[in-house]
Amino acid sequence: MAGPSYSVDLAQAMVVDTYTPLEWLAVAPVALPMAAGALCLMFRSRGDLAARITVLTLGLLVLLNVGLVHTVVQQGTLIMAMGNWLPPFGIVFAIDILGAVLALTTSVVGLIGAIYASGDIDIGRRRFGFYTFYLLLITGVSGAFLTGDIFNLYVWFEVLLIASFGLIILGGERAQLDGAVKYGVLNLLATTLFLVAVGYLYGLVGTLNMADIALAVPQLPAAAPIGVVTALFIVAFSMKAAAFPLNFWLPASYHTPRIVVAAIFAGLLTKVGAYSLMRIVVMLLPETRDLLADVILWVAVLTMLVGAFGALAQGEVRRLLGFVVISGIGNIFVGVAVGSSEALAGSIFYAVHSIIVMFGLYLAAGAVERIAGTSSLHTASGLYRLEPALATLFLVLAFAVSGLPPFSGFWPKVMLVQATIGAGLGWVAAAILVTGFLTTIAMGRVWLLVFWRDAVNGAPLRSQATPDASRASWMVPIALVVVIVAGIGLMPDGLMQASLASAQSLLDPQAYVNSVLGEGGN
Amino acid sequence: METVFAVLVGIFFASGIYLMLSRRTVRILLGIVILSNGVNLLIFTAGRLTVAVPPVIPQHLPTPENIVANPLPQALILTAIVISFSLFAFLLVLSYRAFQDLGTDDVDEMRDAEPAERRLPPMEY
Repeated sequence: MAGPSYSVDLAQAMVVDTYTPLEWLAVAPVALPMAAGALCLMFRSRGDLAARITVLTLGLLVLLNVGLVHTVVQQGTLIMAMGNWLPPFGIVFAIDILGAVLALTTSVVGLIGAIYASGDIDIGRRRFGFYTFYLLLITGVSGAFLTGDIFNLYVWFEVLLIASFGLIILGGERAQLDGAVKYGVLNLLATTLFLVAVGYLYGLVGTLNMADIALAVPQLPAAAPIGVVTALFIVAFSMKAAAFPLNFWLPASYHTPRIVVAAIFAGLLTKVGAYSLMRIVVMLLPETRDLLADVILWVAVLTMLVGAFGALAQGEVRRLLGFVVISGIGNIFVGVAVGSSEALAGSIFYAVHSIIVMFGLYLAAGAVERIAGTSSLHTASGLYRLEPALATLFLVLAFAVSGLPPFSGFWPKVMLVQATIGAGLGWVAAAILVTGFLTTIAMGRVWLLVFWRDAVNGAPLRSQATPDASRASWMVPIALVVVIVAGIGLMPDGLMQASLASAQSLLDPQAYVNSVLGEGGN
Repeated sequence: METVFAVLVGIFFASGIYLMLSRRTVRILLGIVILSNGVNLLIFTAGRLTVAVPPVIPQHLPTPENIVANPLPQALILTAIVISFSLFAFLLVLSYRAFQDLGTDDVDEMRDAEPAERRLPPMEY
């Protein structure tokens, strides 16, 4: 096997010090929601208690993740070696800025979703373990963002997959069963393809630690079939991320579960695929990424356009949003295809923006459904008169997802357009702008028909008494999302710098490798 | 030896993919099972098939004496088996429930989540 050889330093391996608080901090985004999920399982007959546990846990997690981001920015990559099995042998969590920022975004979205769920999830679904599945989903997503071990990444994929199976099927309606069959089979297939690629990569380099792989891949003999492995990774992650032509499962399933579940899926799950593409294909397999860059570029452009045109063709808000998610994935893939640090930074920024905005849009669509009793563009109408505040919030989110200033979608698009023009790919920049234009039309159409249009025949003027308590349960989360979206749009500096630093660390992983394997890590 | 296993993995993959091309959920699931077993075999082979002693380190030595068998693929496969088995069990129950509720196991006829046939957007407002 073509791996590097290791000298055995027994003195170092025999250290059995207890973990420092920093190491606990590194593992908290996984340990905390997992423990709380188990707790919620015990209290699942008492749905209100489980709801409180979930909100408290995720609130604490947001604070811890803020600390995590702060620590990583100050001190560089944070390492946690499980059971003191030192890398490259044991499983490590290696948290760089990219992972920390995405984990923070995950917990913020998770917290807002948990608040929304208190008004959206009925007692039956709570009894069947909604909160446990929800927390395990957060666990799986955080674990995928934080791990520094490629097989462990597969395990987190499966954790979030099984939790998402539970969430998508909760309630057992006919449409849910139909959607879940398609979602389940295709996502399991994608994860299996990922495992195939991991198996081949392990066969080539003989190690599973990401830092170690980054060192071993350039030393492979020229005949090693690393291109095939890279292609397999790209197919697997494209399927996870719902990139064209592997996107068909997403609009077929994301509109079926409860809206908060659809929202958290749309925000997080596809982004895990996009993140893994960045982490593995850009950071670990840079040379073969260059070979396949044109393929990724075409996939990216087609994904953007298919998503935007698909959104234009839909007559139902939830399904329409599914296509908008796909279009956002195309934008993220552009940065991966171009591969310069500016483009990648744009992608990372776009990923964070897309998590928050898509999540918010689904929540807003849920509110529309509640008030209008339908999410069909044919009948939902006249909501501006009933809920002017919701109409305003929806408009902000629509602006943000279309990439209009001054909201969060504007800056990543600027970065991506600049980077593509800088790389001599003017037609890609044009595609990004056209996509933004088409998305503006699609979202504008939703706003005009659902909110601005006078109530059409058959549309309920005021649906049967929406109680005030439940109004706060959706209004507060949507308002929170809009505050974040506007905040990022008005003060993009912090996130922009974090994205640039993440992109540079992906393109030149030496600092990451040094942190994981020690200074002389080779 | 690796060649024989590689061919075997290829046969597993081919049968799995062939079954997954079917429209019946049961066949698709059987295809997934065969595929994931093929993957397990693939990881096993990728760890190299050697005739060697078990990887047990004698008590008085810090490292193994001779060349030992690679224990890592077995740990990986064990994890993968458990995970794929549980997911398969879930999908099996799901497809049975879908068959009961939707009255079909033909994925082409599962259209409950698809939009009802209406005229396309610009016309019907």
